[in-house]
Amino acid sequence: MSFENYDWSDVVPIEQDDGPDPLAQIAYDPEYSKAMGYFRALAQKNEHSERALTLTEKIIEHNPAHYTIWHYRQQILFSLNKDLYEELDFIRNQVEQNPKNYQLWHHRQVIVEKLKDCSLESSFTEEVLNDDSKNYHAWTYRQWVIRTFNLWDNELSFVEKLLEKDIRNNSAWNQRYFAIFYNPTKPSEEFLEQEVQYGITKIKLAPNNISPWNYVKGVIAKSKLKIDVLEELCKTLYQQGIISPHALGCLVDIYEDRAKCGSINEKELGIQTCILLAEQHDTIRQKYWNYRKHVLASIA
Amino acid sequence: MTSTEKTERPSELFIDLHVKYIQSLDTKKDDLEYWLTEHLRLSGVYWGLTALDLMNNVDALNKEEVVKYVVSCQHDNGGFGGHIGHDPHLLYTHYAVLILQIEDSLDAVNVEKIVEYVASRQDRQTGAFTGDEWGEIDTRFSYSAISCLSLLKRLDAIDVKKATEFIMLCKNFDGGFGSTPGAESHAAQIFCCVGALAIVNSLHLVDADLLGWWLCERQLKNGGLNGRPEKLEDVCYSWWVLSALSILGRVHWINKEKLIDFILTAQDLETGGIADRPGDMVDVFHTLFGLTGLSLLGYPGLKLVDPVYCLPKYVVQRVGLAERYHAKYGGGFT
Ligand SMILES: [Zn+2]
Repeated sequence: MSFENYDWSDVVPIEQDDGPDPLAQIAYDPEYSKAMGYFRALAQKNEHSERALTLTEKIIEHNPAHYTIWHYRQQILFSLNKDLYEELDFIRNQVEQNPKNYQLWHHRQVIVEKLKDCSLESSFTEEVLNDDSKNYHAWTYRQWVIRTFNLWDNELSFVEKLLEKDIRNNSAWNQRYFAIFYNPTKPSEEFLEQEVQYGITKIKLAPNNISPWNYVKGVIAKSKLKIDVLEELCKTLYQQGIISPHALGCLVDIYEDRAKCGSINEKELGIQTCILLAEQHDTIRQKYWNYRKHVLASIA
Repeated sequence: MTSTEKTERPSELFIDLHVKYIQSLDTKKDDLEYWLTEHLRLSGVYWGLTALDLMNNVDALNKEEVVKYVVSCQHDNGGFGGHIGHDPHLLYTHYAVLILQIEDSLDAVNVEKIVEYVASRQDRQTGAFTGDEWGEIDTRFSYSAISCLSLLKRLDAIDVKKATEFIMLCKNFDGGFGSTPGAESHAAQIFCCVGALAIVNSLHLVDADLLGWWLCERQLKNGGLNGRPEKLEDVCYSWWVLSALSILGRVHWINKEKLIDFILTAQDLETGGIADRPGDMVDVFHTLFGLTGLSLLGYPGLKLVDPVYCLPKYVVQRVGLAERYHAKYGGGFT
């Protein structure tokens, strides 16, 4: 039954008070205004009814970012003992239209917490990520589901799928890190070495993309490995004529490490690489590379 | 204005046009968009007022009426709603305090109640903050709470140590920060986390070189900045990225001329205002963050903006909070 079909004759709508100028009276859409007038009246007496539920739907349709409405809707759903799986359907439809609405995603979390059932959530977030593989809300929500319901096991293969589709997807790289290092089961040293190799393979496919570089460095930092393991990769790329500021920058990291251990030769190599980056290959970040050069030069 | 003029790349900032644009927002109440964003009203006032102040036109909005409006958004529990009659929320409470500080009118509200409300948003176990009593956790809210209480000189009302610990749980392998522990680094979240850490004197916890690199890597060939790798450039990231770099004393790591050019090109010379990128519709949000970006880059004719509070610097100085966080990294405007 729709909003218009309910009997509202007993409700005295409460109008919006828009306050003083300079930011006064807004000409609201009349339908929305009417619904909001009823909402204020019902919320005041905390009415939990079918018509109130329909009313929340009406308002959400118009303005899903109205944060108060969601909590009111949850109260009604719970006190009327509504079928929460239907609510999950409702949310799915809403998310399709407003994939970046904070309130919607939080609402889903509240409903799933109440249901204590996460069986639909993986496929739901997957669907949303198929449309927009970088939707921040979807990823954060997915992490919440994994943590709350202990769903760590299949996450790496999911990430794998996304990275095969788009190797430049930074969100997927972040999720890969999450799946490995936020998992209560800690990865073995061997596993981390494989991970670095995996990253190297991917870097070769997109040497100019920052994501796998950051990822591999992140994994190295968590392992017993040192950044030197990337030296061969960086040099091979360069020899093949593939100029990647990330590869050259990684060499700067490696040379800096060695310069700190006393290598004068590598200190000079590091400085030369910084000059190359500042003057030829990454001129837009010239000041950054000049800074790195300065740091290298001041190593005693 | 002819169409050929419009397509020309603007080479200067048209302050008069932008002032008129913000003033006109008030009269465009029939716009569909305007009533849809009604719940954002208080933030709109903050964006508009700060932009006007930076353009030396704070009086373009009547002070008395602005303050009266803000006061009318406060609830008995101390929190502010996004508009009159809307439920209280931490974000709007923060905006209210920012506006009141610009107008130098804190005495118009019950400060003790605000402090109580903001402090009640902290989960004492984790140190994290929620936006309202039912809402989600997010480092945006940590920033709002910390900035707000700092502007009220009442950081003692929360557990700062725990709050800091939670923010640090959100630090990522790439040096950036996300909304929750494990969430992807995002320039807007980085601004929130670095800003909050600056206020509580904990910038030493930031890996400034690593994060600085991530931030300056956001600059694209066209000069604009994006918020995450492989995303589109957007004028508002001129603020999120630059403010964090500025707090870390590394604004100069991005190419200033190219970014200024990008922001100026996003101006609408017909309606005034700045859009998210050249050619798009303008809005007050991107107008402010275009201006704050230019201010951090030292663009002439604008007041200096404070990178931590996103207030005109003189306001932060008047409150007596300026420069504390520069101790470690020095200036930041080089
Ligand atoms: Zn934007």
